[in-house]
Amino acid sequence: MSQWLIAGLLFTPLAWAALSLLLGFRQGRWLSWLGMAIQMAVSLALWFAVMEGGGFYYALGGWNAPLGIALRVDGLAVTFVLLTAAVGTACGLHAGVYLDADKPWQRYFWPLFWFLWAGLNGVWLGADLFNLYVSLELISLSAVGLVALGGEAAALRAALRYLFAALLGSLAYLLGVALFYGRFGTLSLAVIDQLLVGGEPALIVALLLMLAGLALKTALFPLHAWLPPAHGIARSPVSALLSGLVIKASFYIAARLWMELGDRLGSPWLAQGMGVLGAAAVIWGSWLAFCQPHLKQVVAYSSVAQIGYLFLLFPLTFAVAEPVSLLAQQGITLQVISHALAKAAMFLAAGNLILSVRSNRVKALAGVSHFLPFSLFSFGLAGVSLMGLPPTGGFAAKWLLLQASLASGQWWWVVVLLLGGVLAAAYVFRIYRASFLEVSNSDDFYHPPQSLEAIPMILALLALGLGLVAEPVLSVLALPFEVVAAEAVHP
Amino acid sequence: MSAGALLPILALLSSLLAAVVIFALPETSHRLRTLVNLLAALLKLGIVAVMTWGVFQGIDFSVSFTMLPGVRFMLRADALAMLFAGLSALLWLLTTIYAVGYLEDSPNRSRFFGFFSLCVASTMGIALAGNLFTFFLFYEMLTLSTYPLVVHRGTEKALQAGRNYIIYTLGGGVVLLLGIAWLHGLAGDLAFRETGHFQGSDPALHGQLTLIFVVLIAGLGVKAGMFPVHGWLPQAMVAPAPVSALLHAVAVVKAGAFGIVRVVYDIYGIDFAFALGLLQPLAWLAAFTILYGSVRALTQIDLKRRLAFSTISQVSYIILGVTLFGPIGTVGGLVHLLHQGIMKITLFFCAGNYAETLGVHRVDELDGAGARMPATSAAFTLAVLGMIGVPPLAGFVTKWVLGTGALAASMEWVILVLLLSSLLNAAYFLPIVYRLWFSPVVAPWPAERRWGRLETSAWLLWPPLVTTLMLILVGLLAATAFSPLSWARLIVVRMYLP
Amino acid sequence: MSLNLLYALAGVALCGIGLAGFLLLNHLLRRLLAFNLLGSGVFLVLVGLAQHGDGPDPVPQALVLTGIVVAIAATALAIVLIRRYFHLTGRTSLDTGNNAGDGGGES
Repeated sequence: MSQWLIAGLLFTPLAWAALSLLLGFRQGRWLSWLGMAIQMAVSLALWFAVMEGGGFYYALGGWNAPLGIALRVDGLAVTFVLLTAAVGTACGLHAGVYLDADKPWQRYFWPLFWFLWAGLNGVWLGADLFNLYVSLELISLSAVGLVALGGEAAALRAALRYLFAALLGSLAYLLGVALFYGRFGTLSLAVIDQLLVGGEPALIVALLLMLAGLALKTALFPLHAWLPPAHGIARSPVSALLSGLVIKASFYIAARLWMELGDRLGSPWLAQGMGVLGAAAVIWGSWLAFCQPHLKQVVAYSSVAQIGYLFLLFPLTFAVAEPVSLLAQQGITLQVISHALAKAAMFLAAGNLILSVRSNRVKALAGVSHFLPFSLFSFGLAGVSLMGLPPTGGFAAKWLLLQASLASGQWWWVVVLLLGGVLAAAYVFRIYRASFLEVSNSDDFYHPPQSLEAIPMILALLALGLGLVAEPVLSVLALPFEVVAAEAVHP
Repeated sequence: MSAGALLPILALLSSLLAAVVIFALPETSHRLRTLVNLLAALLKLGIVAVMTWGVFQGIDFSVSFTMLPGVRFMLRADALAMLFAGLSALLWLLTTIYAVGYLEDSPNRSRFFGFFSLCVASTMGIALAGNLFTFFLFYEMLTLSTYPLVVHRGTEKALQAGRNYIIYTLGGGVVLLLGIAWLHGLAGDLAFRETGHFQGSDPALHGQLTLIFVVLIAGLGVKAGMFPVHGWLPQAMVAPAPVSALLHAVAVVKAGAFGIVRVVYDIYGIDFAFALGLLQPLAWLAAFTILYGSVRALTQIDLKRRLAFSTISQVSYIILGVTLFGPIGTVGGLVHLLHQGIMKITLFFCAGNYAETLGVHRVDELDGAGARMPATSAAFTLAVLGMIGVPPLAGFVTKWVLGTGALAASMEWVILVLLLSSLLNAAYFLPIVYRLWFSPVVAPWPAERRWGRLETSAWLLWPPLVTTLMLILVGLLAATAFSPLSWARLIVVRMYLP
Repeated sequence: MSLNLLYALAGVALCGIGLAGFLLLNHLLRRLLAFNLLGSGVFLVLVGLAQHGDGPDPVPQALVLTGIVVAIAATALAIVLIRRYFHLTGRTSLDTGNNAGDGGGES
């Protein structure tokens, strides 16, 4: 049963990518609706299967590692697969209506979209370091393609910057992989974890290289310069995919590396240093978001800030008691999920607002609360989650991180968490303020179709509801995992 | 699910669902929206009445589930909760009626009433919250749902006021979150309990507990309008009158004061807070705020601004009562939670009537308004007399009980504060009354509107008259079984004699 | 052993040259070439380090083969973008206006 589900998860997106390459945008849309329905069903089924039976290793097509592709199907992975299905479907549906079907280049949207999805599923499920690299590259290349789609000079410039940053990050990661393989002769993260005894300098260098590369791809401060142009200039559904899911993929790999190997290869300096960079990202990103004159740049810089929270994982799980580490992991997981939902909702809502007032400027939003209250409300709800106010998922994440910081005695992260919330409120309320302004002489608004307005609302409500059901969601992460299978797959 | 668990949820849902329905209704279906609003308000009043009866009988209404690892979402109705819930359910109905009349023919009514309902849902949640975490949940929800109401007019001035409102309240929220998270890290998930949690706790923790107390009160004090973090209140006056009524009498400032009561009694425990020496400074601060608000009110020309500074002063009566170490002072503070709500909402309704009917916003434009609007002016006068503390009106009961409590706690200086504050109340309120009744009309009203035989729209006239009747009755009938005073006694009996 | 290590060290050197080029050069095509150099260095390290006593290890060869395919795909994409960018703007480097991407976006 579950092998069919996993095959479906990886095979369908690739097949759909190939098929939709043969079709135009409109026919591709029909095909993609079917594909999204399949992905959603398969992801849900796999999630329930793991809920019932616990996690397991799986060798794709019966080919064992090292030449085959080994997959690690655990609670965290299936949760992210499900998250990808939810956000991906929402963005896909939105894009189908939002994008101008008459432009000839739009026929490449669906193939790139499906390649991106395949890469994401590959990252969540990947168990060996090299296949993670391949999946990451698949994601990067299709994401760059999506940014460049449309082809104005500014978009191309942003896409090229993004591409160079992504490639450099990938190679740094691959160099680290090479060092690990040279030392242990294996690519499986689980086996490396078993063989690793102490911190050899070469291995520390390898870990540093991999973390640096992944941080560049995740746009951690001060390596974030490529993100705002790329996310700001892409079409809104694309921005939603990029901010919601793509940057999480590289962080996910960094987190997995750290959780498996960090206790032996890491050091307090490294852990605190990553935390400090994350904190700087929170403060600096929020401040820049507050200063941006363009709506989508505000949202893009907000991503830089929200990514910063994720890197608090490093100090909060290094050399702390097991329950504290668990709190931090749960908090970061919630932050990933809630930011994915809220940021996707925000970008999609921002797209609607821009469509409506025909300008990307924040100032142009005056009076939009009359005409597009629904999209503005979605934007606001998503903003509540970013601010970390209850009862949203963002708040639940912040609460857990606060508890982890206090319990581990690292009170300085408390300051960052609270200050970050205040700064987020500043840039979100700036948008409200602009849109609540009553102007008498403007009723020249375009009203987008209702389906466009409904999608961000659903995502924002999911982000809101996440805080209320955080406990059941988190309980999936603690499911038992059959460790014995590791030897079976990696002889 | 048993009735005990169902009713608190229903009390919340009644206005939450109303909000959803109102948001979904088109802007133009005014009648349907009014109907939904009033039905929800009546339904909630009924539910709260049933729950109050149940709590009186000693039935336990509570529901909880685990929301996050180590944290429960918890609703629980105790006697204190019902005091606040009863206040907000009753005044919501009246404010809704008033708002329907006040906003006739104005734009964005769907947004207004939707957030209005959300705001009351949050207030209900604050009242029924069973632990600090749940309290914080609804406390922040209240902040967010009142913002669109404050900036409702969309003018530059309203947006500026909204900005300051958000800076103050979200800032206070962050400080409160710090306190709650810190306390949670120290002591785990603390449900509100009549005697508090820290009686006989480890003395090594007392230093931290004192700090946390300061942080919590600082966070809550923002909404309660305590000096020096009261600045948002007078500015938020640009909001429409029903919103001001809601902010001042029902929801926001009361949420802050109610939170302070919860922290002092149900988290720390009054005996423990007293033993730590935390009550005395709080009493001084409250007394200072009472006098400061009154002095500032003296010089305000704008009627609503004068009322706003009066609120700053009056809310601190509640806090002063809480800090009087002893059961009688507590009764005084708690009963003022209700009495101040009824009196202040009457004053704001009347101020709104003057603004809507005559276009009058300033005190010096009110000359002779008593002849033009006798019913409104009578209500205003009675509420003013109540505020000053003339027997047998609501304010007198409060001040009498507070004074007795101060004597019982041997804090005689409090009586001086009460006397001085009453004098100041008279000094800033009585000139208005004089202008209303005894000054001749000197100029035509700035913007007069007429509604047939009545002095103003019936929607606007009835709510203040009803609240005036209430403020007379709660004073006259203070000794009967279900008066606010008796209920406050019941709360205190349950707190001090668990 | 020493021969393998030599390969690996050569790989590291290539990486260094590639990285320097990547960071220092402005011309887009040169940066792309630097990236390819960097990639080749990484592949050399991968193959060179992984020789364990008993003959060549087939796994790194397979990995490098896959890696080359990925690198070709990336290079192709980059060339398409650079060419289009050059057609539209006549520029061969990115750092012209400092307000890259701040423009109207979708308007």
